[in-house]
Amino acid sequence: MKLEIKDSPGQLVAALKPISDVGGNIKSVIHERDPLSENGTLDVQIWLELPEGKLNSLIETLKENDVSILRVGEERFIIRKSVIIIGHLMHTDLSDTVDRIDGTGYAEVGELSMVMPAINEPTSAKMTIKSDSVQDIDRAMAILQEVAEQKGFLIIEPLEGF
Amino acid sequence: MKIAILGFGSVGRGIANIVNSKNTGIIITAVADSKSGLIENNGIDLDAVLENKKKTGLCGKENITPDEIIENADYDVLVEVTPTDATTGEPALGYIKKALGAGKHVVTSNKGPIALEYKALKELADKNGCLLKYEATVCGAIPLIHSLQYGLAGNEIKKIYGVFNGTCNYILTRMADEGLTYKQALLEARELGYAEADPTYDVKGIDAAIKLVILANTILGYDKTLQDVETEGIDRLTSEALLLAAEDDLTIRLIGEIDVGKKILRVSPRVLPKNHTLVVQDTLNAVTAETDLAGDVTFIGKGAGSIETASAIISDLLFIRECNGGRS
Repeated sequence: MKLEIKDSPGQLVAALKPISDVGGNIKSVIHERDPLSENGTLDVQIWLELPEGKLNSLIETLKENDVSILRVGEERFIIRKSVIIIGHLMHTDLSDTVDRIDGTGYAEVGELSMVMPAINEPTSAKMTIKSDSVQDIDRAMAILQEVAEQKGFLIIEPLEGF
Repeated sequence: MKIAILGFGSVGRGIANIVNSKNTGIIITAVADSKSGLIENNGIDLDAVLENKKKTGLCGKENITPDEIIENADYDVLVEVTPTDATTGEPALGYIKKALGAGKHVVTSNKGPIALEYKALKELADKNGCLLKYEATVCGAIPLIHSLQYGLAGNEIKKIYGVFNGTCNYILTRMADEGLTYKQALLEARELGYAEADPTYDVKGIDAAIKLVILANTILGYDKTLQDVETEGIDRLTSEALLLAAEDDLTIRLIGEIDVGKKILRVSPRVLPKNHTLVVQDTLNAVTAETDLAGDVTFIGKGAGSIETASAIISDLLFIRECNGGRS
């Protein structure tokens, strides 16, 4: 997500500290001087990742610290997990497989690349699932495992998050 | 220290070779294979026995049985290295019980009896004032059991996970490095003697699962069986899957894991970064223990082989002697 704040003295520190307090991760901070700005202030864009459900409490804290928030960018799916799938993906309704994840509303299939060596040979695929939180990724993975059991796929999960 | 060896296959002969060439203070007073046995209470002529075994396939006389050795030979420790039976544990289980019952220490490389009946065997050993050691059952030459029980004493173990099967690791290494299919890599492993004629036990993940059961029951005090381990092997893997992983600098390894918090035992192929500590090459094993005090501790070494497995046995024997104040 993206936060835009006015840069008056002390505001940047006042904005950054609460982010780490709620367990957020600051990806980048961009100062942009607006040449048309009459009072010479800076707009600051902060690109950050937040744990699930922490946005509202962060906004509250920022308001209490008198940081003026110009805009809160759209929340995006930032947690990703890639798995390798081996099985007859095409012959078992691939769109249904993808829909079972996309249909959850909290996770979606981001990327899918497949290698099909020959007819009747199992397909190998790499599927990336995206979501907002680790918990939701785990929920989506459980659904994928269920689909795998029904359709006879082998799912190879990462050993740990990376 | 006098020992009797039951089982004179590659591990049994490996032990004999080490005792013959190193000054360990160990004397072998009896040996038995599946068809014959020999008792020499003053110490066996190892050169002669090894030569005889090579020529005739027998280590001694056909009328001397393991039971007779357990009952009549003069020994302090029974070294039980007969082939494993994962379902019944026999005949090894019977030999171990008999020796412990007679007040003899036991060192074994046999997974079956330890995975199936560790608790009962340990009770029997304690009751008779004996030690039961089984370092060689998990990851061959790596002193994993000893490190977890003694080296990391005082630590709370949170997770144990890693590569427990060298055969699978060899196959996966070759599939990733050379683009071999699973079948080609398995054939190669067989030709090199890394895989059995019937590779089911290794490639289906059963061997790794048994090792998890042994660790869970003997180190963590669980009461698990092979059926409690979620097990998926490597026999469904494709070379394309490894190629897809390699695109992102990843690879696939067969990982056994015990999650203490969740009480989960699982063996499954997993995706790991190529530069991950557990991504070891060829037949190596690698195991990480996650602990509260020491942090992560990783062990890497040879998981199989006659001399490597014999190394674990010799270490157990010398430990027993140390525990008895250098006597026995």
